[in-house]
Amino acid sequence: MQFGVFTVSDITPDPHTGRAPDDTERVRSILTIAQHAEEVGLDVFATGEHHNPPFVASSPTTMLGYLAGRTKDIVLSTATTLITTNDPVRLAEEYAMLQVISDGRMDLMMGRGNTGPVYPWFGQDVRQGIPLAIENYALLRRLWTEEVVDWEGKFRTPLQGFTSTPRPLDGIPPFVWHGSIRSPEIAEQAAYYGDGFFHNNIFWPMSHTKQMVQFYRQRFEYYGHGRADQAIVGLGGQVFMRKNSQDAVDEFRPYFDNAPVYGHGPSLEDFSAQTPLTVGSPQQVIDRYAAMRHDVGHYQRQLFLIDHAGLPLKTVLEQLDILGGEVVPVLRKEMESDRPADVPSGPPTHAERLAKARAAGAVHEQTVAAADHWTGRTAEDDAAAADAVAGRQGAAFGL
Amino acid sequence: MTERHIVALSAGLGRPSSTRLLADRLAEATATELADRGQRPEVRVVELRDHAHDIVNAMLTGVPSPELAEVIEAVTGADALIAVTPLFTTTYSGLFKSFVDVLDKDSLVGLPVLLGATGGTARHSLALEYSIRPLFTYLRADVATTSVFAATDDWAAGATADEPSPLPARIRRAGAELATTVAARGPRGPQDPFAGAPSFADLLGG
Repeated sequence: MQFGVFTVSDITPDPHTGRAPDDTERVRSILTIAQHAEEVGLDVFATGEHHNPPFVASSPTTMLGYLAGRTKDIVLSTATTLITTNDPVRLAEEYAMLQVISDGRMDLMMGRGNTGPVYPWFGQDVRQGIPLAIENYALLRRLWTEEVVDWEGKFRTPLQGFTSTPRPLDGIPPFVWHGSIRSPEIAEQAAYYGDGFFHNNIFWPMSHTKQMVQFYRQRFEYYGHGRADQAIVGLGGQVFMRKNSQDAVDEFRPYFDNAPVYGHGPSLEDFSAQTPLTVGSPQQVIDRYAAMRHDVGHYQRQLFLIDHAGLPLKTVLEQLDILGGEVVPVLRKEMESDRPADVPSGPPTHAERLAKARAAGAVHEQTVAAADHWTGRTAEDDAAAADAVAGRQGAAFGL
Repeated sequence: MTERHIVALSAGLGRPSSTRLLADRLAEATATELADRGQRPEVRVVELRDHAHDIVNAMLTGVPSPELAEVIEAVTGADALIAVTPLFTTTYSGLFKSFVDVLDKDSLVGLPVLLGATGGTARHSLALEYSIRPLFTYLRADVATTSVFAATDDWAAGATADEPSPLPARIRRAGAELATTVAARGPRGPQDPFAGAPSFADLLGG
């Protein structure tokens, strides 16, 4: 099973000092955290994508591309990539580039984004969130699997004879997760494609998470991708640990009480009881998270949020030490102890997917050998070239 | 006999509370009328003051506590709702509105609702019509024509023999209206959040 961390990249003042890092410091902290996550033996680092302060992670593939060069084993991912407000053409290009650079050591998680104003800033309408997620993702898949794409939809300018480059590594598109908290439509989408489903349950009771995951699992089986218990599931989590449980509570409480994400609402005790937030000893974290599989079934990826709410970098790195040193090795063993042999222990790796595609004779072209039809030509030439690519005559293109 | 789940919601803050008293009377009248129509009424009274902190927390975090979630489920899955609020500065109380605000906007669609309000004097009785009814109309609930306002004076039993208090008769009439609506329908039952989930073919086609 995969264990990792995900960041929402918030800039929050430390309640003890009132000091907040500036954007540069926070970005560099995140890079340090990601690299330390690998050092302590975690499997995944994922970054959010936000386009409004107080969040700094606006450009995930730049960040992950750098980390791909600085790390060796850790899987680089997103939580989430905005499938609604990003142009699917740019997503196809950027994440294929990341896949090539990281040699397949990446995947990504689609999400709609919950910040209303971000939609109009990118020319979209929040009320169209679900239709955007459906249409954009359908196009993204085509751009990765088909060399030359003619496409027309509701939300983006049409494409004629478009080829997204670089082509996916070995002709195998990146593995995709779909993150959703409440929308059955997105669980349905993940199930339809046989993609992974991630329930970011950090604010939610297990009763709700269980319902959503069960729905996805049933639909995964319905669409013929395998049995329900073989579907690819990921969960979120939040922990803060110290050797002595009361020390953890005392140290974390000021952050909990003041952070905008949950401050001045429920008490730390209520929130801990109602959500996966676990503040205490490493053993308490192990016990709580080892039990998750009894509710949602054997799952493949567990991500923890540990660098939020203004926690200082030093503290976050200590949390990673505890997570990697004491918690994950035990949790990993526990999680695998009763996993049926035919239930995957992680999402499919690039190598596994390549082998499967080769066996099925379904490997897509990795390079596009075609000549450059476009550069430096006049509009009239473009029209002729478009006709040539599309195998048609007389189409008015490029005018 | 069909079991019918009636939830009476009181946003009264005091204890004892005249708002709670009105909610109880309306629930009792509805239950009696339902029994007369061959139904088996099950009444549950919810005092929002018991959930006030959870309601604020749900507004801050976007997620109801398990206790509040259970109340929301009872309200949205009921066969009928009796909603009673005190009038504060011309309209429903903030607590009442906050509870309505944490409900899913589609969760009351078609739900038979009887409205009640309490206030110091009858001068504010029309708040039921210009303020509270539109709220439930917006939520597309099925609001009974008769709503019941009780001012402090109305609780002065019977007034005089020549001029009896109109409140008991009005409560009976409102209960009968709600019971007639409920009896004519099949049980509503709890809402399945996945029942309306479209298949992917529909999503792609849409």
